Amino acid sequence: MPAVQETVDRVRAIDVDQYKYGFETTIEMEKSEKGLSEDVIRFISAKKNEPAWLLDWRLDAYKRWQTMKEPEWARVSYDKIDYNDIYYYAAPKRAAAQSLDEIDPEILKTYEKLGIPLREVEVLEGIAPERRVAVDAVFDSVSVATTFKAELQKAGVIFMPISEAVREYPELVQKYLGSVVPVTDNFFATLNSAVFSDGSFVYIPPGVRCPMELSTYFRINERDTGQFERTLIIADKGSYVSYLEGCTAPKRDDNQLHAAVVELVALDDAEIKYSTVQNWYPGDNEGRGGIYNFVTKRGDCRGARSKISWTQVETGSAITWKYPSCILRGDDSRGEFYSIAVSNGMQQVDSGTKMIHLGKNTTSRIISKGISAGRSQNTYRGLVSAHRKAKNARNFTNCDSLLIGDQCGAHTVPYIESKNASAVFEHEATTSKISEDQKFYCLQRGLSEEEATALIVNGFVRDVLQQLPMEFAVEAQKLISISLEGSVG
Amino acid sequence: MADVTNLRTPAEAGLTKLFEVARMKFPTGVSIAREEAFRYFEAVGLPSRRVEAFKYTDLRAALKEAAPPAEAPPADAARAALEAAKGFSGIEAVRLAFVNGHLVAEGSDLGSVPQGVTVTPLEAALTNNDPLLAQLAPVAQTRENPIYQLNAAFMADGALIRVAPGAKVAMPLHLRFVGTGSDAFSTATRVLVVLEEEAELTLLETHEGPDGVAYQPNDVLDVVIGDRARFHHTRLNGEGREAVALSTISARLGAGSHIETVNLVTGAVLSRHQIYLYFGGENATATVNGATMLGNGQLADSTLLADHAAVGGVSRELFKTVIDGDATGVFQGKIIVEQVAQQTDGKMKSDCLLLTDEGQMMNKPELEIFADDVACGHGATCGAPDEDLLFYLMARGLPRQQAESLLVQAFLGEAVEAVTHEGARAALIGEVEAWLARRG
Repeated sequence: MPAVQETVDRVRAIDVDQYKYGFETTIEMEKSEKGLSEDVIRFISAKKNEPAWLLDWRLDAYKRWQTMKEPEWARVSYDKIDYNDIYYYAAPKRAAAQSLDEIDPEILKTYEKLGIPLREVEVLEGIAPERRVAVDAVFDSVSVATTFKAELQKAGVIFMPISEAVREYPELVQKYLGSVVPVTDNFFATLNSAVFSDGSFVYIPPGVRCPMELSTYFRINERDTGQFERTLIIADKGSYVSYLEGCTAPKRDDNQLHAAVVELVALDDAEIKYSTVQNWYPGDNEGRGGIYNFVTKRGDCRGARSKISWTQVETGSAITWKYPSCILRGDDSRGEFYSIAVSNGMQQVDSGTKMIHLGKNTTSRIISKGISAGRSQNTYRGLVSAHRKAKNARNFTNCDSLLIGDQCGAHTVPYIESKNASAVFEHEATTSKISEDQKFYCLQRGLSEEEATALIVNGFVRDVLQQLPMEFAVEAQKLISISLEGSVG
Repeated sequence: MADVTNLRTPAEAGLTKLFEVARMKFPTGVSIAREEAFRYFEAVGLPSRRVEAFKYTDLRAALKEAAPPAEAPPADAARAALEAAKGFSGIEAVRLAFVNGHLVAEGSDLGSVPQGVTVTPLEAALTNNDPLLAQLAPVAQTRENPIYQLNAAFMADGALIRVAPGAKVAMPLHLRFVGTGSDAFSTATRVLVVLEEEAELTLLETHEGPDGVAYQPNDVLDVVIGDRARFHHTRLNGEGREAVALSTISARLGAGSHIETVNLVTGAVLSRHQIYLYFGGENATATVNGATMLGNGQLADSTLLADHAAVGGVSRELFKTVIDGDATGVFQGKIIVEQVAQQTDGKMKSDCLLLTDEGQMMNKPELEIFADDVACGHGATCGAPDEDLLFYLMARGLPRQQAESLLVQAFLGEAVEAVTHEGARAALIGEVEAWLARRG
């Protein structure tokens, strides 16, 4: 079913054939001055036409950030980031907001292999068959298009760039912004609070089941920029929403910083399903370039019987530092985390989740599969805690790691804190290499070694893939087979 | 952003003062290592929650003051203390007795050590610069552990025990560590066991002391296990209720060797038992178990590091914790598999039974793997006794309390069963029963 015509037109306008004009020269960007200062923050705020309270909020965050230290506890290593060598705001000039075609042929080729661009174009054009997904396309620091907005509005669903939401629904934004991830939560979240540019805002009114899947597609394009988006999703009482997030970036020799904050709020009986296919540029084989993905994602099951479910497929980024978490505040609330993290080349992944049980009868489940290949390091780091009042809390954690090759590392760092006798926690984890027996079985039946590995890996990660919305699951399977190419033999 | 320099706590300042005095009195052996160890400690200080390895056991807060090193007690006091200590007393063994950290010849069987075994008191070894001293601190990672380094700085007495190649010693050696006195004191004992090739030894350790005295033992057992040698170790922490008890076992394993170490904890207001294993030779195997029973006000921390640095190592770690009252249990385990350590098989598990709503358990079972052909697993569970099982037993006429006790025994039994020495195993089961009886 087609999208509203004007949306289609608008998106088509972005997608016009800029590609042949080359990559970076064609796009006229408007940028803040390089570096971070109060002036830059004022500039961003002014660009977004923000109310005074938000500017104050940003400035306050900036002040606090200056007193904070970059975290060092994660199992990742990288050269010190020069925070004054980054453009904190970069937006295509409206007149020349033609962007998504300007991708390096190499990257395009990769994406063709992944099956992403076609679908993305279709979705952006609104001609995707059967399944409709509303998309917010965020390009560097601004949202360039949001589809199906009007149709969603009919159902009462608000889906728009957060910069618009600040102007149109200030009371909602003010009430919830920073209520899950406080301004001073951590170094990167505080930095984000000071300089965040765009991201999506979603509000699902009471009792509404969002009529279609919502999606934000993040792209970093400009050189020397960082992306600092902020996503805020509120599911009011009894509502349901499924949200997808995709991300890519161009191939470059230098590293770029992506420090996002995602906040989810689920009120009584509401459910949020948040899926990510993270495919930022991972750097080359020698570890040159790639995105530093330092993201704070947290969901607050604020209401009774609410549910938040995180599903992530991680294949990109030079360094990943991210722990999508659930605060299970409401009684009988439920948190889930399904993750596949595939690392290759020189990638470093330190990812996991936190399940914080505060309410009675809260349950959580963690299924994490890590696959390391090449010379990568893949760490699962997770916390499960039950507080005094979390009567009958239940957690089940299963984290498995698979190593491919003997140059990589797989690590598991779980924290399990139980302050309640009625809480029942179970944690299990294994690390192994692909079973020779399984491989032999496949080879015997005529599969090539590479196909056999792909098959076994897919079997290994099936638990997680099943949680992805159908379309993403197909994509993710392709992603995984690609990411592992060259690892075998 | 200036780095924040931690203010030194009274305990840290006190330790520096004590070291300045004590260093003059020590025999000269290992004096350089002693200095280095203390410099290391001074640089890092007492670890607080901000130090990852001490996240759940805040020594900086727990050690308010540094107690002075205990002097050797008068003979009659030592005799009385040894008589009062009952741990493992029913087991036939060759005994070495330490009262307040000092070897007491009168209570020790120094004259009747089994054939193939030599025992040298540490004080004598330090004075004579015994060549075995070179084998102290067999695991490198201990050098970055402030508790271990504090022991290295203050170690005053202990023993060097060597078992000759091929000597299979049937008679267990029992190290009795007994505290006595009414004022706070500290002890730092160091025992080194060197098992030469194909040797075998059973070592029993008991740690006991007075209730109501905030004494601070810091005991280290270093073990060097030669190729194909076997070491069986059973340890009982029955320290007094006010003690802050720190202990470490660090063991280096030769090819085809085996270590079995089981630690049972009922004592001390705060205890931390650290286990460092280094798999230096191929196909070494290790069984590391812990059984911990805690009541009101207690905290017990079991911290384990198993470093597989050779092919084919097998490690099995099982820690069982039972928590009553408002006690806190801590388990931190880490299995490292280095790139060369292919075919490593490591399994680590920590289970906890919470008997009350006030208790808490912190688990952190870590894996760090750099080799691809390995099988490593870790698990952790925590919960109250199973209501269905309780119901089953109660339906058969047992009162709830007794049913619960039975479940606790079965739960801890799994960890205790690994003890090879029959008498020691029975003694540990006796400790479990006694703890349950005290609980009422």
